[in-house]
Amino acid sequence: MIVFERPNALTDRDTHYCPGCTHGIIHRLVAEVIDELEIEGQTVGVAPVGCAVMAYDYFACDMVEAAHGRAPAVATGIKRANPDNVVFTYQGDGDLASIGTAETVHAAARGENITVIFVNNAIYGMTGGQMAPTSLPGQITETSPYGRSPAVCGYPLRICEMLATLDGPEYLARVSVHSVRAVRRAKKAVRRAFENQLTGRGFSLVEFLSSCPTNWGMTPQEALTWVESTMIPYYPLGVYKDRSVREAEEE
Amino acid sequence: MPRIIFDADRCKGCGLCVSACPRQLLTLDRSRINRKGYHPAKITDPERCTACACCAVMCPDCVITVER
Repeated sequence: MIVFERPNALTDRDTHYCPGCTHGIIHRLVAEVIDELEIEGQTVGVAPVGCAVMAYDYFACDMVEAAHGRAPAVATGIKRANPDNVVFTYQGDGDLASIGTAETVHAAARGENITVIFVNNAIYGMTGGQMAPTSLPGQITETSPYGRSPAVCGYPLRICEMLATLDGPEYLARVSVHSVRAVRRAKKAVRRAFENQLTGRGFSLVEFLSSCPTNWGMTPQEALTWVESTMIPYYPLGVYKDRSVREAEEE
Repeated sequence: MPRIIFDADRCKGCGLCVSACPRQLLTLDRSRINRKGYHPAKITDPERCTACACCAVMCPDCVITVER
């Protein structure tokens, strides 16, 4: 009996990600959920600009490449034109929380019936490790060699908390992939975010705290430890909005 | 019997599976270099494997298939 195997919703291609980069785990979780819900044939993914720019080579469903940060806008168009398709975006923090902040906030405010997978690794990976809007205060990056100074650069964006103030979103959750238990929990959130779309409940976003061993200058295991010890205190895990729970309480 | 199979040429030698194994049964095979140029992961004591799949859950590259 097979206990664990590569999901069908991933292509056979090897990824270009660095050794130990948790993008691979997050890709696999999305693919496992697509397999479990048996929606590969009707799913359209929207790839970002950033390390995950070539996600269209790795997911076996139909994929579209959006301009930098515009994945939620492209997904809006696909979903409105083809409401029977399941549409998800896969975006990093440079894409979703910087150049694409407007598209993210407005897609959420409109309550578009799409699923957003947001990978927050607190740095710009593809371009070589510059400071991101999600880099932590004091974090050393290529463009903050003495550590991010809030006095000069402001404070990191907490996307889930920010979007939770809006009436539009259905489901907002922050998860992590720093341990086996965290990965198993994260998958439940991804599944929920896709199920919400199938039942027409609206905008669902899952934020992953992810690692970047190469640009953080750590081993893959050290990077996961840093996620747990340093990122989670600033970006607490949990469900930030779940309209179905609130409706149940009101009844 | 529990069995884990490595698609060794996919492995990037990151070692996350090595840290994830609750029985410390995995190691990077220093005697081998795979197609990508990394030392791939291997199991040292397959008899003691329980097929818990913790290694496969943490593998970013879907290298590991677990059977029971």
